[in-house]
Amino acid sequence: MSSRAGSALAAGDTTPVPGEPGLPRLVVAAGRERSDVAALEPGLDLVAHLRRHGQPRFRGAALIEHVQAAGLTGRGGAAFPVARKLSAVAAQGGSPVAVANGAEGEPASSKDAALLWFSPHLVLDGLQLAADAVGARTAYLYVHAASDAKGGPDLPWHLRAALAQREAAGIDRVPVALVEAPPRFLAGEETALVSRISGGAARPADKEYRVFQRGVGGQPTLVQNVETLAHMALIARHGATWFRTVGTRDEPGSMLCTVRESDGHARVLEAALGTPLPRLLRLGDDVQAVLVGGYHGGWLSLPDARRLALCNADLRPAGTIVGAGVVVALPAAYCGLAETASVARSLALESAGQCGPCFNGLPAIAAALADLARPRPAGPAIADLRRWAGLVTGRGACHHPDGTVRFVASALTVFANEVAEHARGRCTATCGGLFLPVTAAPTTESDWR
Amino acid sequence: MGITSSTALWYASRATGVVALVLLTGVIVLGILVNRRGRLPGLPRFATASLHRNMSLLAVAFLAVHVLTAIADPYVTIGIAAAVVPFTAAYKAFWVGLGAVSLDLIVALIVTSLARARIGRRAWRAVHWLAYASWPIALFHSIGSSNDLRTGGLLALAVLCAAAVVGAFGWRVASAATAPGLAKRAARALGETDNRQLGSVHDGGRAGVEQRLTGAGVR
Amino acid sequence: MPDRTVRLQVNRTECVGHGVCAELLPELVSLDEWGYPVIAEASPQARLARYARRAITACPALALRLSARG
Repeated sequence: MSSRAGSALAAGDTTPVPGEPGLPRLVVAAGRERSDVAALEPGLDLVAHLRRHGQPRFRGAALIEHVQAAGLTGRGGAAFPVARKLSAVAAQGGSPVAVANGAEGEPASSKDAALLWFSPHLVLDGLQLAADAVGARTAYLYVHAASDAKGGPDLPWHLRAALAQREAAGIDRVPVALVEAPPRFLAGEETALVSRISGGAARPADKEYRVFQRGVGGQPTLVQNVETLAHMALIARHGATWFRTVGTRDEPGSMLCTVRESDGHARVLEAALGTPLPRLLRLGDDVQAVLVGGYHGGWLSLPDARRLALCNADLRPAGTIVGAGVVVALPAAYCGLAETASVARSLALESAGQCGPCFNGLPAIAAALADLARPRPAGPAIADLRRWAGLVTGRGACHHPDGTVRFVASALTVFANEVAEHARGRCTATCGGLFLPVTAAPTTESDWR
Repeated sequence: MGITSSTALWYASRATGVVALVLLTGVIVLGILVNRRGRLPGLPRFATASLHRNMSLLAVAFLAVHVLTAIADPYVTIGIAAAVVPFTAAYKAFWVGLGAVSLDLIVALIVTSLARARIGRRAWRAVHWLAYASWPIALFHSIGSSNDLRTGGLLALAVLCAAAVVGAFGWRVASAATAPGLAKRAARALGETDNRQLGSVHDGGRAGVEQRLTGAGVR
Repeated sequence: MPDRTVRLQVNRTECVGHGVCAELLPELVSLDEWGYPVIAEASPQARLARYARRAITACPALALRLSARG
């Protein structure tokens, strides 16, 4: 597999995994060699889009049937069956609202940004189709505000241009409003999304009703990841059988993944679910461990990573999840405990600060990990860690504590050898610095809006 | 006879007024204690909230007598309407009017608190903030409506009540202002660690590397 | 026999750790090391219903509710 220079977005030319027929689907690039964003065409050409994909054939109830038969699940991390969600919202009555969720939140993930940059019209088609299927007359597109945090392009500007094109062509039945999200880890959580769209801060809420029952403006709200909507837009054209030509029987279809190699280069690629991990990235002997599923996912040992595939059937028993398709190969030169401590610290600071178990437990966990990350750690950190992990799981308004615990627990298993080395005052790492990207912590209230 | 019964009503009104003021002082102080999650020594936590609630109901009882005796007293011309509609009394319109304002606020507080579960958290909280307004207004009403609180023991009592409310309020403001935000609290727990320090420990990866991570404080 | 079981639930964002619930309903509620409620999975038995209701009204933050398990 060739390596490429540049940011993940630059290489969001979404190369197909070699030898995989039928891919790519979501981002059909012009087939040129490319190495930076400027050389790539942002997918603003509406005419070319319609020429390439044609018009949707299935809408409304027929579309829901195809989505059901296709077995499409959410690509935002939770993998919830899409047809079930569509039916649930449609059944609520009222005036539903449809939201395309492009706020990926994860520092290590750029697949949604890449998709929105290269195939905005596919996502926006999907949003219209979803709105139609649930009877919504209002729609939102929710993306992170333009910032230099990830060094990415100005998505809101780009998407406003795409929306303007569609308005000029008169192809959207439901008006779409673009809402900007702060660069917070939790910004894409569905109740945080509803709060932000309603004019408040992007903080999760603990409500008696789920957002599909009462969300934006108290109305039933459909929240779908932008990649999920893109798949829906293709199913509307090619049907369920086509969708199932790649992937596994229980986890059909393809998925965008953000892959970071051990040399530090990151790129977005589209892979069939069930693809063995060694086909996504190079897992040489210089790789210490592989993080799958992002910072709410989990670590895999190198032997495990070499034999497992990108599907929940393989990953759940191994202590992680597909999540939003983040796969990172940690080089042996770095310290796995230091990386975990650094991410745990960041996750603690990204807590919305609303639920006692979370804003007390996560900093405690992070501090204990920082303790373990030093050669010759001071206190009984592991015992404390296990207790706090048990105390915070399931006791927040959202799944932030749960995901953090999954990530930390997998680290204690996979880096058990490192823990033992540190207890003897040694560390296997050979270079300083940190490999995994983390965002700057929020400090003021405006960081949540 | 007319003068005797009038005097009795007048004294009753003034006395119940003083008691109500003292009780309202207690209600405010206890309310602040509940808000700050404080405890009364020797009592369980639910007792603080319970005492706050019961004392407010007792204060209302004394207020009722205070208002009714003032209306009934022929010596001062205060009609029923003047008790709730501010500044419409014939007798000392302004000072009695303040009493009416305070009474209106307290009634709103009591009614919304009794119906708390039904009106929802946000509405209840919005009205409850008015408590901070109702007390000083009640105090000024007391000072202006009669000369009782201007001399002697009752003056001392009034000063004590004012000191208690001001002190409790000051404590509330101060402790809310110094409560650490999440970032500070997390930073404290993390011992001021930052990412660069986490990475730099591994220069050369040998034992005995100088650590400059401060305050291991796990809690 | 009721179709849905009823559970005592806490609104995690409103709860600030007063701890009144743990005092009034120790059979179902205990406090963690930071003062926040840990609620047992079980539904309140009939004999505890009165105490559960009292705990709900007594919470200074109005953070407790009874929810039907959906």
